[in-house]
Amino acid sequence: MEILSLLGQGFVVASTPLNIALLLMGCFIGTLLGALPGLGPVNGVAVLIPLTFTFGFDATSSMILLCAVYFGCMYGGRISSILLNIPGDEPAIMTTLDGYPMAVQGQAANALAISGVASFVGATIAVIGLSLFAPILARAAIHFGPADYFALYILAFATIGGIAGVDPRKTLLSALIGLMLATVGLDPISGVPRYTFDSFHLYDGIEPIVALVGLFAISEILMLLEKTFKDRPKAIPVGSWLPQWGAIWRTRWAMLRGSGVGFVAGVLPGAGASLGSFMAYVAEKQTSNKKGTFGKGDPRGVAAPEAGNNAASGGALIPMLSLGVPGSGTTAVLLAMLISLNVQPGPLLFERQPDLVWGLVASLYMANVALLILNLPMIGIFTRLMMTPTWALMPIVAAVTFVGVYGISNSVFDLEMMVFFGVIGYLLRKFDVSLVPLVLGLLLGGDMERNLRRAMSISDGDWSILVASPISIGLYILTVFFLALSVWLAVRDHRQTKSERLTEG
Amino acid sequence: MIFRKLTTAKLAAVTAAAVTMTAAPATANECIAPSNPGGGWDFTCRTIGRILTELDLVDGNVQITNMPGGVGAVTFAMVAAERSDDADLIVATSTVGITQIAQGRYPAPLDTMRYLAMLGADVGVIAVDDESPIESLADLNEAMAADPTALVTAGSSGAGGWDHIRLLMVADEAGVEDLSAIRWVQFDGGTDAVTQMMGGQIDVVSTDLGEIAGFVESGDIRVLAALSDEPIPAFPDIPTAISQGVDVTGYNWRGLYTGGDVSDEEYASWVDRLETLYNSDEWQEAATASGLVPIWRGGAEFEAFVREQADVMEQISRDIGVIE
Repeated sequence: MEILSLLGQGFVVASTPLNIALLLMGCFIGTLLGALPGLGPVNGVAVLIPLTFTFGFDATSSMILLCAVYFGCMYGGRISSILLNIPGDEPAIMTTLDGYPMAVQGQAANALAISGVASFVGATIAVIGLSLFAPILARAAIHFGPADYFALYILAFATIGGIAGVDPRKTLLSALIGLMLATVGLDPISGVPRYTFDSFHLYDGIEPIVALVGLFAISEILMLLEKTFKDRPKAIPVGSWLPQWGAIWRTRWAMLRGSGVGFVAGVLPGAGASLGSFMAYVAEKQTSNKKGTFGKGDPRGVAAPEAGNNAASGGALIPMLSLGVPGSGTTAVLLAMLISLNVQPGPLLFERQPDLVWGLVASLYMANVALLILNLPMIGIFTRLMMTPTWALMPIVAAVTFVGVYGISNSVFDLEMMVFFGVIGYLLRKFDVSLVPLVLGLLLGGDMERNLRRAMSISDGDWSILVASPISIGLYILTVFFLALSVWLAVRDHRQTKSERLTEG
Repeated sequence: MIFRKLTTAKLAAVTAAAVTMTAAPATANECIAPSNPGGGWDFTCRTIGRILTELDLVDGNVQITNMPGGVGAVTFAMVAAERSDDADLIVATSTVGITQIAQGRYPAPLDTMRYLAMLGADVGVIAVDDESPIESLADLNEAMAADPTALVTAGSSGAGGWDHIRLLMVADEAGVEDLSAIRWVQFDGGTDAVTQMMGGQIDVVSTDLGEIAGFVESGDIRVLAALSDEPIPAFPDIPTAISQGVDVTGYNWRGLYTGGDVSDEEYASWVDRLETLYNSDEWQEAATASGLVPIWRGGAEFEAFVREQADVMEQISRDIGVIE
């Protein structure tokens, strides 16, 4: 009851005309930034900070604007994943797996609607979790130590073989390349440079977003160039411009499951939205892929990762607000913003500044509704994008990616890096190697290594620390279970196809 | 018609992207934060940039650029190679950056740049969990001297970084012989380390107070010592290390440098403007709010201070075996 009255007060705070205007503006800018390859929530939020100072907004209004941008980006990232097979930001990579095939089959409107509703469901569940359990969850999350995070990453990578592509060996190869690339840069513990070729640009490792944009966007452009020489590309048929509500309703369980998985990943400060959407996709595939439709345009393969990604982003606000620990780059910027506004996030924030916390929570509910309303009518406009001839579209995509990537770090080196990854992406695609595991390896590999190394520092090199806590043991059991299940399913499918062939033959 | 609509939408998108690059006229002042948004250097640039504009010390806005890489090395190399005479450019740095230079991790030596001023400092603290049996700095030193491997220590820097060095300075002062035997764990930030300590993974945290002040106020952690000359105004109850007989201070100051070929006049003009900024209520407020103790050192005095600190840092790094 107390929470309801606090939340009621929050809605009063959030409902001032200024805050509503900021909320809508934030949602719109966020969706746009999220949809542009390269630019993501970190840049969006960082760019708007001076604006909040210029206009002298108070802490609550500033946070409402910035969180609306953050949530908007999470909504927007999927749009280019679905329509162009180019993820707008890191967590949106999983959406390419089934979203783009759906669009190619003329189901772009459905894919966009499903992902929009899934984003809404995921984010709303996360905000409900935030309002009800934030302090408790934060207290629980601190018991996750480095060894437990390492076990979590092991679980994630054990399931990677099943995510994409026809040939699991190629998927593993791709993930391994990603893991190897993740070792580039200063050694996190000793500070010794690794594979940096004496270039200071590589000291911080390979920026995942640069690799991501290169691998997906630049390679797409190269593929197109090749195709144009061979034959005139045909425009993709656009089915209905309006989504079918039945199709959305059929993915409801996938959305709920994805939200649950994503939320847990978000609450853990060492996990985050990319891991959330990845785990949500894998979990959904394990539960629902009975007919082998995943990866070929299954609506549930769009719903689960989108719900997971948004639930994780919302969940990540829990450790940020109640512990002051940022789980991601974006929450790190939000945190710095709060501190410079004289707000000290941490255990006392909920008691000391209830107006700010509950105003923010209330505005997140409102932002979700606003984003859903903003996004659904735009489906019609977005699907028409598919009708643009590729010769007109791709140069613009190229321009946007170059501007976007340069905007992140103001470095020409990053542009060269992006082109380099574009070529690698092109070659791998030629060999039918899925790029998604590579990006996941690069994204998650660094954190996995850091947590292993931390665990080793704690135990002074004693490997038994990895299985010393109940949490990590539980995660390893789950890993074994997952692996056994995949092997069993593979054997069963193999037998089935064999017997089918026999009966046909 | 549809096509035209689309083109406009896309043009808008491109423009939005261009705007986010904060393209500014060539004459505008620029502050480079050699890190991603959100850290201490980013705060330095954004706060100083904002107040410079508010006080009309510069024309228009100060453009803030994030140029992460190599703990500041990428920016250092770029300024040395391309913009060493650009008097409109200031770059954020701190004790962390000087430590890197002292350990030879930057592409060029210290005197490649001209150091303008420091405007404030974060105070280092040594903290334990509120339920820890360690009650004082004396307890901690006793435990470490008896068995350097007994406790797991952590902070926001890697081995050999400033958080680590500060802890080893305390241990060294307390007579711990085998400094390299002390277990050190790196986390991404001070709060990460503190929450892991609350979760029972590690025993001692050495980091800046500013970031973890919330946990001190809530009573979740116990600060054994502040590594400052005087008690911290906001936390007068925290004893300094010096008052406990351990003669160690460990500030993480925040300051700025500019290119090495900037003229004396322009250098002096920056120092003047920064001193005006330092004395303003706006800065004093912003600095205190983010847990900094305002401290001023500017011009030649600051240059000398930076050199001395680099020497000290190099010596310590050698003593504790971080560099050879």
